[in-house]
Amino acid sequence: MGSTMIEEILARSSGGESASVGDILFVRPHRILSHDNSAAILGIFKKLGGKKVWDQDRIFIALDHAVPPPDAKKAKSHTMIREFVREQGIRYFYEGGTGICHQVLPEHGHVLPGVVIFGSDSHTTTHGAFGAAGIPIGRTETASVWALGETWLRVPPTIKIELNGEMLEGVTPKDIILYVIGNITADGATYRAVEFHGPVTSKMDMSGRMTICNMAAEMGAKAAMIPFDSTTGEWLEKVTDAEYQPVLPDDNAEYERVLAIDCSEITPQVARPHKVDNVVPVSELGETRIDVALLGTCTNGRIEDLRQAAAVLEGKKISEGVRLLVYPASKRVLKEAVDEGIISILLESGAQVAIPACGPCLGAYGGVLAPGENCVSTANRNFKGRMGCKEDTGIYLASPATVAASALEGKIVSYF
Amino acid sequence: MQFRGRIWILDEDDINTDVIYPGKYTYELFSEEEMASHALEDFDSSFAENVREGDMIVAGGNFGCGSSREQAVTCLKYAGVKAVIAASFARIYYRNAINQAFYPIECPDASRYAREHAKELEKSEISLNPQNGTVAFGEKVFNFSPLTDKALEIFDAGGLVAYTKKKIG
Ligand code: SF4
Repeated sequence: MGSTMIEEILARSSGGESASVGDILFVRPHRILSHDNSAAILGIFKKLGGKKVWDQDRIFIALDHAVPPPDAKKAKSHTMIREFVREQGIRYFYEGGTGICHQVLPEHGHVLPGVVIFGSDSHTTTHGAFGAAGIPIGRTETASVWALGETWLRVPPTIKIELNGEMLEGVTPKDIILYVIGNITADGATYRAVEFHGPVTSKMDMSGRMTICNMAAEMGAKAAMIPFDSTTGEWLEKVTDAEYQPVLPDDNAEYERVLAIDCSEITPQVARPHKVDNVVPVSELGETRIDVALLGTCTNGRIEDLRQAAAVLEGKKISEGVRLLVYPASKRVLKEAVDEGIISILLESGAQVAIPACGPCLGAYGGVLAPGENCVSTANRNFKGRMGCKEDTGIYLASPATVAASALEGKIVSYF
Repeated sequence: MQFRGRIWILDEDDINTDVIYPGKYTYELFSEEEMASHALEDFDSSFAENVREGDMIVAGGNFGCGSSREQAVTCLKYAGVKAVIAASFARIYYRNAINQAFYPIECPDASRYAREHAKELEKSEISLNPQNGTVAFGEKVFNFSPLTDKALEIFDAGGLVAYTKKKIG
């Protein structure tokens, strides 16, 4: 019997010959990611009796969740992290403003096809876009990996999702993944690995693939992967000269389930409050006014996303009373957007452009909602209160083009 | 390594963390005995009184779904339960169980058999060998993917925190 991607990657990362569903293996990561939560993790690390981290060249920390820090407590956490980084000689530390961890990690060449990336963040699935296994783990486990360099994993079964047909004009990878989550439901891939295949996946750029794998966390997936191809190779060439050995699924790999999606039928989609699988086409949503439009986050804060939004907003003004918040995913993205004139277009339309970071996505700072407000967002979660206010009336998730068009109208509409 | 114990058959799927350990207690700092006294309270109120050291639970699929609360594992452990044998586990419950050195045994065949023969198996004994990957009801033996030696090291140490401490030395 052949291997799925996750079986092959986990076998490789645990030093074994092969791995099959249900096996428990001790896996060594290529990188382990954490962010502002490193302050809590380093506390646990010390409690565990940790003195020196196992490998200062494999730990990745980016400050992004509260950047720049909005209060003294959060500023203090950052100070503790910096001290720890210095004391341990941790090599890959990225100061606040470099960007969101899931963008900075691949941008700086840390994600390679065929490796395991552990992350103390639920959207670590993002890195599967590069043919790696991005696997979220908890804080205690992260502290334990800092100390030992490995943790145990059970090899999960794999669901294969084929994205067939062709994407209609004006439809984006975000619409596709929202549709898929609506279909498979919020726990449809719990404890499963997911592989995305099919012509639509092959034609998709890396930015779109990252959006897809990022949101796979919202169907409960432990890891979501897209096989390496020339698109992956070309992207990686620009960020790293490290050698790697891609892992592709065998032709006779055994999948638990195969889900074929005809993308030619999919129009712009929106996830309604307060569940990510509460998805409908924008055209069936009904009149929904908005107060805030959020463009950015690790789901849709890349240059391709900002371009989509700028194309909609160019030469127009957003609706009075709407706050259009723009959080680019990284400094590199912001710089590119400045160079391309995109930031000017956004500013002239009435947007507020912020420092590359998570922003109000997790409701900690940077534009939280007021009671009774509605938001349309390019982020990945619409749980009640997620954006800082338990009395909000709803967060709607959509593509950058839909968010931009909605900011112009003051209500949720798609551009096409 | 072979364990023997009395069997409890919980003839349901999706037994969630709320019925295993009620949400109203999750932020209370209870002692181990107190936690044990609430084990499965909202599923079977007589369980905590009658459970004995070494007992094992057999349940259906998706055992431990719901919240990430670790007490849903530890309350059973402190009550003396050795293992839960289920058709499947919720992912976080499974990780919590291993990290707390509590056996989550995924064996759909054993689960189905026990549920189908619940009446005759009542008050009988079960034997479990996590290393060989076998669970037996009398003569009837079922196999599951055994825990690897390395995973068993976590159990020997008494859980992930203790394991890490020991490894650091
Ligand atoms: S942008 Fe939002 S979803 Fe992404 S890492 Fe930050 S808080 Fe999490």
